[in-house]
Amino acid sequence: MIFIEDKQMVIPGDVLADKEYQSGRGTFKEDDKICSSLVGLVAVRDKKISVIPLQSKYIPKRGDVVIGEITDIRFSMWNLDINSPYSGILPASDVFGKEKRDLNKAFNVGDVLFLRVVDVDEVKKVKLGLKGRGLGKFRDGILIYITPTKVPRLIGKKGSMINMIKDETKCEVVVGQNGVVWVKGDPSMERVAEKVINMIEEQAHTSGLTDRVRNMLFELLGKEIPEKEEKPEATEEAADEEEENG
Amino acid sequence: MIKMGVTIIPEIIRESLNNLVKNGERPDDRSFDDYRDIYLETGVISKAEGSARIKIGKTQIMVGAKPQIGEPFSDTPNVGVLMTNSELIPMASPDFEPGPPDERSVELARVTDRCMREAGVIDLEKLCIIEGKKVWMIFLDLHIIDYDGNLMDAAVLGSMAALMDTKIPEAKVVDDEVVIDPEKKVPLPIKEKALMCTFAKIGGELIVDPSLEEEQVMDTRISIGMRADGSICAMQKGGIHPLNKDEILKAVERTGEITKKLMEHLPQNNQ
Repeated sequence: MIFIEDKQMVIPGDVLADKEYQSGRGTFKEDDKICSSLVGLVAVRDKKISVIPLQSKYIPKRGDVVIGEITDIRFSMWNLDINSPYSGILPASDVFGKEKRDLNKAFNVGDVLFLRVVDVDEVKKVKLGLKGRGLGKFRDGILIYITPTKVPRLIGKKGSMINMIKDETKCEVVVGQNGVVWVKGDPSMERVAEKVINMIEEQAHTSGLTDRVRNMLFELLGKEIPEKEEKPEATEEAADEEEENG
Repeated sequence: MIKMGVTIIPEIIRESLNNLVKNGERPDDRSFDDYRDIYLETGVISKAEGSARIKIGKTQIMVGAKPQIGEPFSDTPNVGVLMTNSELIPMASPDFEPGPPDERSVELARVTDRCMREAGVIDLEKLCIIEGKKVWMIFLDLHIIDYDGNLMDAAVLGSMAALMDTKIPEAKVVDDEVVIDPEKKVPLPIKEKALMCTFAKIGGELIVDPSLEEEQVMDTRISIGMRADGSICAMQKGGIHPLNKDEILKAVERTGEITKKLMEHLPQNNQ
């Protein structure tokens, strides 16, 4: 027996389903009933019920790509703020190999980097790395901060949402899994992208978002809204594991 | 090295904000002379003789005024005392730590105090009860409960409102003894109104009412306190970059217009 619908908004303590369903993230079991432990949207996958929170902090996970800011230089590593309760470290050996060089010649405090989370240990020490395509230091552009749970929504199904923003604003856009977004392009286009991304964050829990984003983009760019081809209600949803691109 | 309690601002943000201001824009689409929404409420604390809650955008300060009878300073035996204190409480910002007041807190309190004192907001001579022995001391307490930039303007506007809201019990002298009649309350003798206007210099431009984001990337700032008649009563400069004469004169000129608009937020029913 299930008491809610997929993508319904729930509050802590709401009874979601009984024992024939499985309890996933953001839920707990009491007296054979599955209840929500968060404010968020229900996600029903087969028999598993989880709740995606409306707001969250980024918890580092191995393999994620994140955008971090250098906050400190130490003897053999950089300290980075990755928009998370846990700060990350980037070992000097990852950049220089075995060579010994001055760390501040490569990156300095205040630099913004695109990195991969190499390892997270049991005390949540976050090791970062720069090995991979597109990883490295950002120059120019703007930074936008969104709630990490909204990242899949911003990217959209197979990158549909983010590609639309890229195409319309002609901006480079990089989304870190930690909710930091880097946008570079024409300054006025950067502003448009910023407004659209903030709108997506605000309305990520509503449906039919892609259409509204398209309309907003056209409006901000002063283009005419094209006749919408009739197609069934777009069912983009916040897929838990959507790959972002760099 | 990281200085404790100071958030590091990525170069990218600093540059993009500088460029934005150079283009005549601001992150929240305000013009350079615009304040954020101001909300002012007085008499919010029933136990204080005067109080105000001021919000400028998300910045929020609670101001309380508490009178007490005490001895005057020996060099000014016939005037009352105004003392200002500010508390940057940790819930207002991740940069605020509990413990003894830091320099920002001291600066805020002193600037507010100077603005109120030098403008002659309160007729302190009327607060004298027995010359050299008993005067009213007004304690003004600023509690910063949310920090989103521009604390000084908020503090001065809130303090002004709190003082205008303050009612002190009537004190009489009977046989060289001070007798307080808690039933009879009189408003503080307010003889001037003064407000403050803060400018941040970003990308070579002076912008009014900097938000936290703007304050973090600004080169320098200047706060100007002004009486209702347009005379300057206080001035404070912060940040490491210089300001030239023209910039300061321009700022003073703009302050005159802006404080006039800000005055409208103060309660009108005084005295």
